[in-house]
Amino acid sequence: MTVINTIRGIGHRIINAVWRIGVAARFFFLTLLYSGNSFRRFHLIIKELFSSGVMSLIIIIVAGLFVGMVLGLQGYETLKRYGSESALGVMVALGLVRELGPVMAALLFASRAGSAMTAEIGLMKATEQISAMEMMAVNPIARIVAPRFWAGVISMPLLAALFSAVGIFGGYLVGVVQIGVDEGSFWSQMQAAVDFREDILNGVIKSLVFGTVVTLIALFEGFDAPPTAEGVSGATTRTVVTSSLAILMLDFVLTAIMFRGA
Amino acid sequence: MSPPALVEIRDLNFTYDKRPVLQGINMTFPRGKLVAIMGLSGCGKTTLLRHIGGALKPNRGYVRMDGQVMHELSPAGLYAMRRKMGMLFQFGALFTDMSVYDNVAFQMREHTDLPEDIIRSLVVMKLNAVGLRGAQNMMPSELSGGMARRVALARTVALDPMLIMYDEPFAGLDPISLSVIGDLIRRLNDALGATSIIVTHDIQESLKIVDYVYFMANGVIVAEGTPDELRASDTDFVRQFMHGEMDGPVPFHYPGADYRLDLNLRA
Repeated sequence: MTVINTIRGIGHRIINAVWRIGVAARFFFLTLLYSGNSFRRFHLIIKELFSSGVMSLIIIIVAGLFVGMVLGLQGYETLKRYGSESALGVMVALGLVRELGPVMAALLFASRAGSAMTAEIGLMKATEQISAMEMMAVNPIARIVAPRFWAGVISMPLLAALFSAVGIFGGYLVGVVQIGVDEGSFWSQMQAAVDFREDILNGVIKSLVFGTVVTLIALFEGFDAPPTAEGVSGATTRTVVTSSLAILMLDFVLTAIMFRGA
Repeated sequence: MSPPALVEIRDLNFTYDKRPVLQGINMTFPRGKLVAIMGLSGCGKTTLLRHIGGALKPNRGYVRMDGQVMHELSPAGLYAMRRKMGMLFQFGALFTDMSVYDNVAFQMREHTDLPEDIIRSLVVMKLNAVGLRGAQNMMPSELSGGMARRVALARTVALDPMLIMYDEPFAGLDPISLSVIGDLIRRLNDALGATSIIVTHDIQESLKIVDYVYFMANGVIVAEGTPDELRASDTDFVRQFMHGEMDGPVPFHYPGADYRLDLNLRA
């Protein structure tokens, strides 16, 4: 009997997981469908850009600076062995623009803004604000979800770009100012080696994908949270865990498609 | 002949998880009247309100509002119908990220193209009607429970609905706020020419203001009448409910195993 129960339990979990993916896909579709209102009343998106984008600036800038400084230090140590310290600028810039910028910014965004979105919407549901909105004949997906979704999609590439820019400055501080790598070769090699389409554009595409996925997970978890204290806290945790894993897995997939040894 | 009732409920049945929640409910809410639905917690009152709002579909029977059957409406038709309704939720359900002013203005901004100065005048009038014109710049977190309920009431009537529903409007209020809210419900109903449905278990306060009462227990109507008829009623259930007696048709004990067996005592 226990074997059958175990198998039944596994099957039940799988069916539930597939079911949730379906519900999330429907949620995504509805969000896109009801997005028109957000663009007609753009101030709704601007308000959310402030709370998810602008309020994430500090964490993105501080984290970017330190990641760039570590890259500068580690990069110098490695490149020195091959006598190519002058390529430090290239290494820092490519590392940030292609990978660390989009990935780290998305991870930070998920834990700073994503968790806040989930908790906010979950609590709105628990305090009947969403039911109240429905009873007022206002579609909560159009009014609450869509502006937040587009704010996330818009702010993510900007935050990732800022992360990379500040990170490059951090690498410059450590590599050029502190260690004494030649400033001219640091910048000129970086300019020569970083390709706009190949590196920067691909980085922007990555951060757009991450922004879409993270924001969608955060909004869906909030909207789907059981309206209790436990439900909201569980949903917030799931937002951070699921979106972090999704970012790292998608990063591998996107990298494999974009840079497969070409 | 009197005009047809605003809301009619006929033979409404609803089952949740194989458990019958509503069984054969028949109710009539005439225009301009204030009707209370009373009963114990969990007797299906809120479920009934959700049917009237079109949030749930019945298994049998129907709710007809203003000539249309709620569960047969398309999503667009349902939203159009809901614009004629207002609902006050148990704890107000104010939008916590908006000020009192923005909460009351919310529906006007969502559903109308009125210029901001007219919206301002309307909001100030609605807030004045509930005595909170001076609190328009406060946030919901700064309000007391009674004030939040009054702001929610102003928001509920923002677009002058035909039907106003109240879900436990008296829950958790101090005696002064309680009578203020009761008085407001009656006055707003009469001033707007609306029809109101109050779901409550506060007997004393609601009998003062309502025109008619339905008593529910376990998903069926067990008694109905005007406040005077109910005060004079000698039905067991009504008496137990009206006087808050511990035991009667509604038992004090939740059904369980034999007490002696639970205590491991053998006879």
